Amino acid sequence: MTELLRVRGLNVTFSGFRAITDLDFTVSAGELRFLIGPNGAGKTTLIDVITGLTKPASGSVTFDGTELVGRREHRIVRLGVGRTFQTSVVFEELSVLENLDLAASFRRPLGALLRRRRDTSDEVAEALATTGLTALADRPAGVLSHGQRQWLEIGMLVVQRPSLLLLDEPVAGMSRPERERTGELLQEVAREHTVIVIEHDMEFLRRFASTVSVLHEGRLLCEGTVAQVQADPRVQEVYLGRTRKESTELIKEAG
Amino acid sequence: MTAPQVAATGRWRGRVAGPVLFLVVALLFLAAPNLLSPFRLDLLGKYLCFAIVAVGIALAWGRGGMLTLGQGVFFGLGGYAMGMHLKLREAGPGGLPDFMVWSGVESLPAIWRPFANPVFALAMAVLLPVTVAVLLGLLVFRQRVRGAYFAVLSQALAAAFVILLVGQQGLTGGTNGLTNFQFFFGLDLYDPADKRLLYLVVVLALGATFLIAWQLGHSRFGKLLVAIRDGEDRVRFLGYDPAVVKTITFAISAGMAGLAGALFVPMVGLLSPANLGIVASLELLVGVAIGGRYSLAGAVGGALLVNYAKTVFSEESADNWIYLQGAMFIAVMIWAPRGLAGLLADGRALVRRRRRTRSPVTSDQPAGAADPPVATTPAASAPEPSEVAR
Repeated sequence: MTELLRVRGLNVTFSGFRAITDLDFTVSAGELRFLIGPNGAGKTTLIDVITGLTKPASGSVTFDGTELVGRREHRIVRLGVGRTFQTSVVFEELSVLENLDLAASFRRPLGALLRRRRDTSDEVAEALATTGLTALADRPAGVLSHGQRQWLEIGMLVVQRPSLLLLDEPVAGMSRPERERTGELLQEVAREHTVIVIEHDMEFLRRFASTVSVLHEGRLLCEGTVAQVQADPRVQEVYLGRTRKESTELIKEAG
Repeated sequence: MTAPQVAATGRWRGRVAGPVLFLVVALLFLAAPNLLSPFRLDLLGKYLCFAIVAVGIALAWGRGGMLTLGQGVFFGLGGYAMGMHLKLREAGPGGLPDFMVWSGVESLPAIWRPFANPVFALAMAVLLPVTVAVLLGLLVFRQRVRGAYFAVLSQALAAAFVILLVGQQGLTGGTNGLTNFQFFFGLDLYDPADKRLLYLVVVLALGATFLIAWQLGHSRFGKLLVAIRDGEDRVRFLGYDPAVVKTITFAISAGMAGLAGALFVPMVGLLSPANLGIVASLELLVGVAIGGRYSLAGAVGGALLVNYAKTVFSEESADNWIYLQGAMFIAVMIWAPRGLAGLLADGRALVRRRRRTRSPVTSDQPAGAADPPVATTPAASAPEPSEVAR
């Protein structure tokens, strides 16, 4: 597989605090990669650096051979890197359809934007169908539920046809059926795109993840399948604060 | 009628109501010369000039969230460009404007010379404000200065502009500004018939500005502007550069203010720093806030209403007006943050809901009645007063 995203020697500091230290991270084209780690591990920071929101102290991020560090956010989007945020931000006063249409129109020249939207483009209609929001197309996005907002955001990403999608905790705060639906949506999206997902939910991870990277205190702890990662004593230590041996002893005592 | 039919007529009514209202109001304004005395017509013409500025403010502030407290600067740039031309016309070839003679200026300053050309002066009335707005916008919006910081910056610009004008007495007429205009492109400004013609030009200019803003608001550009107002950072991650979009909008609103200034000068017959300083800029804004900044019609109505009220109350007692204006502004901010237009929209929604609950069977349900249940956050997420500074 060809490398799509390549992070090398990345260091990020926030007024003295080292959020990311000497990180090397690679994602190949077509992958569905999950990024996990305890709070403060640097997951969101990594995505922020890739998308230009945070400037790193040193290191390089290349996407399809192009250096991303130092580029402005909208330029990076135009290269084909899209993202969502932990708290979904949709434009509440615009309708669901207008939200998607705006996302889909970003490559139009500015002059063409001065015209009124006359019809719904095929890709927007397709995104409405994929996200299950067709019936709500003309309602303001402000009336959507939390789950529907996340789907709309994913839809807005997909109509932009990015080569790399970065999703920051897409199922946080969702009900079980909403998670199921999101997982299916994710798999559908991952079929045609390279996707990196930050996720905490272990059950969700077990169901949908193929490759997992574990971050801890700004460093890459390990990488592998869900089973490999779960069996890794270092991961257990990070998550439980103890080694497996200690944990089992603890359970025995309790039993 | 079946539900889809009702929905179709509703949509049809929605599409026709706006243009019909526009035409009715336009006809009223066009008929005004036959209904009003020349004195009142002059006043109405002046209000309409402010209404042109109001359309620009509604675009920049209501749509784009840029609270511009310095719109008087652009109004003034347009006004002075026109005023300089008119003064030169009156002085005749080789002559000096009256105030220059009084301040002992002996030859025409170089900066005045090109304004003898009417085409140049007209173009400058719009291009000068646009250029200043583009430069300021690129500088400020690129650096992501917004909200209250942008508001303060624009107000400082108004203050600086006035100081500049007052300080350059020989060049600008100082505190008195430019006065004593008699002719405007062949029109005699002391002749009521010619004045009527000028009034009609102002009405047409307002109509054109309104339509431009209307089209902008309904285009994708307008939607993008609303998106930037409500989530500038998110828009960046959709691949748009908010700074460019905001700068263009700011420049358009500046151009509108410039046009208004250029028409104000012949309409009123004078232009002084008092017409474009901080207080004047705020007055322009207060009208838009009271009328409703999210609605173009509201902004125009608010500008007319506030200026009319100002005239009425000032005729009785000039001091009371400023208190009344302040009270009105506060009342609107507290009880109707979306202005009178917002109150009207709320009232209409209330009536519609009443009617729907009264006959819940089929008749008034819109076509989308079969919508799946959705979380009911209030649909009209009306921005709160605290968002004024955004």
